[in-house]
Amino acid sequence: MALLEILTVPDPRLKDASVAVERFDQELRSFIADLEETRQAGPGAVGIAAPQVGRFQRIAIVDVSKTRKPVANHGHLVLVNPEITHWDGFELGREGCLSVPHYTGNVIRAERIRLRAQDAQGEVREFEMEGFEARAVQHEVDHLDGLLFIDRVVSRRTDLFQRKVYQKGGGGKG
Amino acid sequence: MANWNMLTLVGEDRPGIVARVTEALYRAGWNLGEASMMRLGGNFTIMLMVSGEATRSDLEEVVQPVAQSLGLQLHVDSIEGGLHRHMVPNIQVRVSGADRAGIVAKVTGALASTGFNILELESDVAGSAQQPVYIMCIQGYAETTVEALEEAVGSIGEEGVQVSVSPIETLIG
Ligand SMILES: [Zn+2]
Repeated sequence: MALLEILTVPDPRLKDASVAVERFDQELRSFIADLEETRQAGPGAVGIAAPQVGRFQRIAIVDVSKTRKPVANHGHLVLVNPEITHWDGFELGREGCLSVPHYTGNVIRAERIRLRAQDAQGEVREFEMEGFEARAVQHEVDHLDGLLFIDRVVSRRTDLFQRKVYQKGGGGKG
Repeated sequence: MANWNMLTLVGEDRPGIVARVTEALYRAGWNLGEASMMRLGGNFTIMLMVSGEATRSDLEEVVQPVAQSLGLQLHVDSIEGGLHRHMVPNIQVRVSGADRAGIVAKVTGALASTGFNILELESDVAGSAQQPVYIMCIQGYAETTVEALEEAVGSIGEEGVQVSVSPIETLIG
């Protein structure tokens, strides 16, 4: 086990898209253990993505089971090659990022998602998620696509009802 | 080490104010920090952290001609402090209902008695001139529980005024 170094802005590598994982071997699982250790060392981090530690593969960890006020969750999730297959609703919420120190901002995310991902053994799993957990997954999948939450930040006064489409790729000019 | 100044501009709103002011600051070698611009009652208002090696009066000399030509009132204070001193709010308080005199003082007073620290406050009056509806949104930091805050504001009990307290969970990932 080892703590990995977290890339922070303005490191241009955070804008790189990650590639799919093809080999589900011991090396992958040992990296995932290191990634988890790194997540837990980050204060209050509910998720982390492999590109944040400089490994540009589609791997993320999400765990929202320990929030101050309990939220709907699927426990500790290792998400390999995650794919969001369905988006529904909008919600404004505050986000920060291990890769963006000293800043939090409001981001619009889909309220509910459907997700397909493999686990560390390569087994395909499907999830329906909502609220905080869905937000965490969207934040991490963005990392895999080379997007940061600061690419999606909106003003607190933003009117949700004016936005009709949740746009992949940021901006959200609905 | 550069000095920070807080620059405040207030006046009638028109397009291009921010561009004119920041252009003048940039040309004179000043750097910008945190800023907040808002339209309040049709007025342009901005507070802007500005840093540089020169003095506060140098800064005033740079901005005053621009402010004058735009009909804005200028105020500059040298300040202590700097960047990266944010506190992350963990509580949201919403107040809405009939526009009652003293309601802001009552709510914020009740919150202050619990040690609640207001980080952001916005208020507005919606509805019509005949039936105004007052809306206030506060975000802040509390060490205490949502229940304790609810109890503190619950005793306000103004007729037609709703106060709600909810946690803000900031996602770090
Ligand atoms: Zn992040």
